[in-house]
Formats: sequence, C-alpha cells, structure tokens
Amino acid sequence: MNSLGVVMLVHADLDRAEQIARHWTASGCPVVIHVDRKVQNDVYSAFATACANDPLIRFSKRHICEWGGWGIVAASQSAAEQLLYSFPNVRHVFLSSGACLPLRPIPELIDYLAERPRVDFIESATTADVTWTIGGLDLERFTLRFPFSWRKQRKLFDFYVRVQRSLGVRRKIPEGLVPHMGSQWWCLTRQTLSAILQDPKRKSYDNYFRRVWIPDESYFQTLTRLYSTHIESRSLTLSKFDYQGRPHVFYDDHLQLLRRSDCFVARKIWPRAERLYQAFLTDQASAIKPAEPNPGKIDRLFAKAVDRRTKGREGLYMQGRFPRHRKGSALTAFPYSVFQGFAELFEDFEPWLANTTSACVHGHLFDPTGAKFASNEATTTGGLSSCAKLRDYNPEAFLSNLIWNTRGERQCFQFGPFDTQKICSFLAQDKNAQISVISGAWALPLFRSNLNFADIRARSARLQQIESKQLQALATARSGTRIRIWSLAEFVESPMEYLQVVVEDIGITQPNHLAEAPKMVDLTGFGKFMKNLKNQGMHPYLVGDFPEDDIFGSRSKTYTKPYLVQ
Amino acid sequence: MSLLDSYRMRLRRKRRLIRCVRKRRELKPLRNATKSIRPDDILLVCVVRNEKIRLPYFLDYYRRLGVDHFLFVDNDSTDGTAEFLTSQSDVSTWSTTASYRKSTYGIDWSNYLLRKYAHGHWVLTVDPDEFFVYPFCDSRPIRALTDWLQGTGVRSFGTMLIDMYPKGRIEDVPYREGQDPFEIAQWFDSGNYMITRNPTYGNLWIQGGARARVFFQDTPKKAPALNKIPLVKWNRRYAYVSSTHSLLPRGLNQVYEEAGGEKTCGVLLHAKLIDTLGAKAKEEVARGEHYRGSGEYQAYADQLDAQPVFWNDWSEKYLNWRQLEILGLMSKGNWA
Repeated sequence: MNSLGVVMLVHADLDRAEQIARHWTASGCPVVIHVDRKVQNDVYSAFATACANDPLIRFSKRHICEWGGWGIVAASQSAAEQLLYSFPNVRHVFLSSGACLPLRPIPELIDYLAERPRVDFIESATTADVTWTIGGLDLERFTLRFPFSWRKQRKLFDFYVRVQRSLGVRRKIPEGLVPHMGSQWWCLTRQTLSAILQDPKRKSYDNYFRRVWIPDESYFQTLTRLYSTHIESRSLTLSKFDYQGRPHVFYDDHLQLLRRSDCFVARKIWPRAERLYQAFLTDQASAIKPAEPNPGKIDRLFAKAVDRRTKGREGLYMQGRFPRHRKGSALTAFPYSVFQGFAELFEDFEPWLANTTSACVHGHLFDPTGAKFASNEATTTGGLSSCAKLRDYNPEAFLSNLIWNTRGERQCFQFGPFDTQKICSFLAQDKNAQISVISGAWALPLFRSNLNFADIRARSARLQQIESKQLQALATARSGTRIRIWSLAEFVESPMEYLQVVVEDIGITQPNHLAEAPKMVDLTGFGKFMKNLKNQGMHPYLVGDFPEDDIFGSRSKTYTKPYLVQ
Repeated sequence: MSLLDSYRMRLRRKRRLIRCVRKRRELKPLRNATKSIRPDDILLVCVVRNEKIRLPYFLDYYRRLGVDHFLFVDNDSTDGTAEFLTSQSDVSTWSTTASYRKSTYGIDWSNYLLRKYAHGHWVLTVDPDEFFVYPFCDSRPIRALTDWLQGTGVRSFGTMLIDMYPKGRIEDVPYREGQDPFEIAQWFDSGNYMITRNPTYGNLWIQGGARARVFFQDTPKKAPALNKIPLVKWNRRYAYVSSTHSLLPRGLNQVYEEAGGEKTCGVLLHAKLIDTLGAKAKEEVARGEHYRGSGEYQAYADQLDAQPVFWNDWSEKYLNWRQLEILGLMSKGNWA
C-alpha cells in the first residue's frame, strides 16, 4: 500500500481514464474515480465493471459537473473523503482528470513526495497577483453573485455583473478567509486535506463558495491557506490555458517537448494521441538524476500561441486576419520610405539612394503605366505583378503585400502627383510610412519638357491641385517625424542638409556625413520659368519663393554639377 | 446590422433551404451507404463531373486525413466516374443529369446532402481538385482539428484557395491517374492576394494568385474568389450561398479576426492548373453551365492556346504547411 493516492475526475473517454487509472495502480497508488453524473448510467456501469478487477480502483458518489460550477468541487470533496477513509496509508492526495497523463515513472513522483512529506503543492495566489483571470473578474469572483452561465448565457452573465457593480452589491467574504486562486489541479497532504474536509465551519464555507464564480480555482486554494504548514504555490500538473481560459491540448507531435519538460503529470492530452499514451504509459527508464519539473519550453510555446491569436503578425492580411484600420496603427509589416519630388530634382536619385542606404529603391510604384520595381521586372517578390490594372484594383493590398513580402529589407519608392492617387490616404494613415516631400518638384519635368506653354500651364495647374490635396491628407495624419515636407525653393537652399536628414530617417547610420551627393538637374532659367507661369495666371505656390535669377545668396553656379561636401 | 437586414438574411437562407429540398428530386441514389455513418464521423461532400482521373488520389488523400465517409454527386459523367465511386465502400453516390447552373453551380445538391446526412457532423465540402491543408496536418488527423474547434466553441474553419502550377507549360507533363498532382504542380504565388470584406455576408473576398496574375490582369474584378469555408460543424439550418465562399447564418463567415489577432486557418491547394485543364475548359465553355456563363473557363480557353507559363522567378516551391504559415498564407492561431 502506497503513500500516494489519486483522485480522478472523469467525464468522457472512459477507456483512456481506465488506462491511466491502471497505470497509477500498477505502482500501488489507489485511485478513486469520480464520473460526471451527465455520463449515462449504462456507460458508467460498463466502465465500473471493467475496472472491478482492480482492488485499488474505487468509485465515488457522482455529481453533475458544469464548467465554472460547484459540481467539480463537490466531486473532488467526495472522492477525496472516500480516498482518505478507504486508504489510511495515503499521505498525499493527487487531484487529476481523465485527460491527465503521467510523464515520469510513478515511483519518481512517490519518491519526490516522500522527500517532502509536509508540503502541499497547490497554486495559490491572492487576487492581486494573478493575471490570467477571464473576463476581468478577479476579486469580484468572490464578492458578486453568478447565477448565469458564462458560456451559455454570456449576455445575461455580463448584464448581471454590471447591475451588481452599479448597485454596489457585495457579498461578504466569510471571516478569516483571504481569497486565493490558482490551478484546479493540486496535490495536498492528508493533514491539510482532512482539516479542510472536517472543518466545523465547512458547511458555511461550502455555502459561500457555491456562489463564487469558478470555485474549483479558489475553494481549496483559499482554504489550504488556513491549515497548511508548508505551501509550495505551484501545481505538479502541467496545464496551460489559452486566452479564453480553455486548456491547451497535447498531441503526438508534443512528445519530445513533454519528455524534456520533466513534469510529473500533464494535461490535457488528446484522447486519440496514441503515440503519447504509448510512450508514457509503457515502462520507461527513470531519469538518471531526479530533476525538478521544467516546463519553460512549453510555457513559451503556448505563450506564443496566445500572442499569435490576440495580436498576430503586424501588417499581415490573410483569411484568418483582417484587422480594421485604426488611427495610428501600423497597416504594414515594416517601415518604408516614400519620396516625392526627389527623383525629379536629382537625376540619379534612385541609384544614389540605393548606394547610400543599401535599401531596396523602387521607382514610381504607382506609375499609371505600371509599377516600376527596383529590379525593373514585370513581377517581384511574392509574384506581385507590375500590371497597373491589377495594382489599381486594390492598391492597399498591393503595397501591404510588397512590404510583407520583403519584410526585413527596407523598401523605398518614388511617388508624386503624376501617379495614381488611390493609395494616398493609406500612406497618410500608416505609421510605417516615412514620407519626404519636396512640394512643387513636379514643375521640373515640365520646365525641361518640350511642351507648348499653354499645355505646361494647364498641366502644372492640375499637378499642383493634386499635390495640394495630398498635402492636406498628410496634414490630417498624425504629426511626428515620419512626414517631412519642404518646398522646392526651400530644399534647393541647402540640399545636403536635408538629404542627410532623409537618409538618417531610414535608420541606416552613416559613419560621418554624406560623402557623395546625387546630381541635381540643371536649374538655370527655372526662376524665369516660374515667373512666366505666374504671369500667365497660374500661381505655383507649392514651389515656394524661387528667385527669378536662380541665385540663392551668393552661390550662383553651385547646382550645375555634382559636388563633394565636407 | 439592422433587424430588417437580419430578416432579409433569414429569408435568403430559407429560400436556399427550400431550393435545395426541391432539388432533391434531381438526385438519384446510385449507392447509398449512409446507414453506416456513425454519430461522430467526419464527412466529405463533393460534386463531380468527368473527374475519374483525379478521384483515386483524392479519396486517398482525404482518407489519410481521417474522413470517414464520402458523399458524392455525379453530374452526368461519361468517363466512368460513377462506376468507380460506387465500387468504394466508404462512398455514397448520387447521380443527376440536371443542369449544374440551375442548381446554383452544384450548391443546391450539396446543401441537400448536407442537410439530410451531415446534421451534427463536421463536414468538408470541396471540389475534386481542392486539397485541404491545415496546421499540423502532417502529424495530426483532421479529427484533432475538429475536436479542438469544438472544444473552443468554433463552428466553421476558413481557408484560402492557392493555385498551384507546374514550372513549364501546363500541358508539358501529363497527369496520371492516382498520382499526387502536386508532384507536377509544385509552385505557387506567395504574396499577391487582394482582400476586401463582403458587407452582405460578412465574409472576406480574396482574389489574386496565379490565375489573377496571368488570366485576369485586364479584368481583375472578374478574377475568381479564393476565400473558402470548407469545414463546418453542420446543422440542418445552415446553407451555403455561393459555392463554399459564404454561408448563412452569417456568423459562420466570421472565420477571421478583426481586432488584430490571427484565427487558426488553413488553405486548399488547388490542383486545377495541370494538363487536364485544357480539355475541361473547352468542354465547360461548350456546356455553359458554369458561373457567369462559364466566363472563367472562357478566359482559360482563350488564353490556353497561347500556352501560358505561370511560373516565374518569384514562384515558391511547395514544401509543407509550415512554409505556408511562415509566408503568412495560413495560421496556427492559438492552436499549438
């Protein structure tokens, strides 16, 4: 007869439960099984008959167990009482379920507990210390009433909680009790457990906890604090919960992970995980030296899963994730830069930028004739096509796809009033978009074109209108360093300084200063051109005040050739 | 959503149900083994026409995933499809010579079989060229997924259709009966899918991929929808409304997360772009029984003569579901 006894709560997959029970008894541990009263009687009696040939397996009085209800506590109480009564040698009682699976040989657990004869293993923390409560209810679990089911009558449940909150209704917590919560799966000593079960005040405690929400996570956790001489506030059962409070399930492919965890018992095991049952229920070699349970890896795996479910991968749009756009959120996966007017002002801006920053520099991605990818190809990463019709059918998807497909590599592209404009508000909203604008630079290609002046006038009027709309859209976006706007006149005053700023924004730090500048287009006569436009009644105000003689300060011929700085 | 809208959706659902019950007369049972369906069996419903060459591998694939019983509608095949299906012990087959178009492209027939035989079951509704891939499908059977969905209170499971294509021209490598089609069509586009929300039914509308890139670049709006909800814990009150793209009641279409997280989802690998497409396209154009007057097949037939190559330098070679999950084409969600 052994010093470890097991209480097993079972409601489904009875054949697995029998297998586990026999595994416990094979090492001499008596097992008292509680079968949910919702299980049909004939199924129950077949199960009981199947187990009848094992004298160490007993069955306790059956209760109806609902999630979050009192039944589970009542079941644990009856079974534990029976176990303590029938098997007087038992010193530790281990609460488990039919979906629990012992991962290490039972004798190891017996030895582990024998070395710690006075220790109660029960996760038990005050309400202030737990972070995993569902529905934001922690202390209120103990002070409100919960007549409605959280799973089946959620609206009524929430409504009734709100009503009680607003009326300030509070239940009184019985004197001497300090609410504690923790995992439902514990391992208690006979002394502590019998003290709880034989407490003269048990009836009043039971009546109180009957109306507490999810009492199986607080009844023993709270009462143990009254009697235990030595609590280790952790569970010997490895059990992880997702963000909705449902237990994570283990499958065959978790075999190695479970093996290396050195935990004694894990739940919940998928009943058809044949390989797991096979591996852990057959004789296995004991660990060479007794190890402490170390579920770190499994913790991380499930923490990641919860993170994926609640936050997901930023900037990803797919069949399982389609977030609503919220202001100030990232709409794409990775920061990228948009340049407006730079390619017009500098002849070799794109190769220069690629060279200086080692980013991937595209041309005008939203060119009306088709996207100008850096590679100059018809398709780019992910099979994204340069076809204008496909792109303009859903430009937001086009851009977020491009950024997602190239995540990890900084993307830069040119934009301007010549391009299709549907993407504009997306750019303004996306916090990953780093936008630099030289307003009025659209005048440069017109200045250098061979068009009739009437056409130039009409075109510049239209381009200015488009750009001014863009700037309005950008102005409504969040302020911050991610949007920089210069007028053309302002920019040519000190281009190197501003280029430096732009390059620094990309985040690729330069050892010192920019060593090489891109070649600016020849601006000779541009001032005159501006004046002509004005005289014709088209006021190019976005260009800024451009001197008629093209002379800024004393530097007269600076901009006609590339130059080295500092 | 206003009350009026809800009522309108209710009517629409009822109409679909009445329609499918009326269309039951078109279905003639060839072999009805549905008595052998046990209460928690996983089912599969499929409408086929002249697909015998695909079926051996198709059945094999889904049997391996753990489908317990198949329900087929054979729409007037002439290639021995019906004979093949009736010789399978886990397949029930109905035949019909009625119009595919008039049965809302097969959906009325599927809805009827679903209503009659799939009530209370997890059931897959797929085409014979669609192969279901879900997280951990290489180590966990489909029942692990459905048990988990059930345990977390989820009734439907979303996927995206991924067009797979070979490296060369599609008629270069002929498909042999029984062969894994993805030995030939190993490649796919990894990041050119366009998504919008369909306000009527609340489902996502996904377009893009290889077919949009090659066949529909001038008419992207007509590119086929790739969003599919093939796996549902069926109830006789449910109905598919257009192919498996959307269902009623609308709550079943909410297979995606809007607050930023990822819901667990999978893909359907689409083995359409293999050498059998050419003959199929010609036949379907002649029949005119497909969606938009077989407009999709018209586009194929027109352009297949030019012998298009779908493959390019950016095509991704299919390895396994983990690759798809890293690429962001499916997600484990909180199933770990």
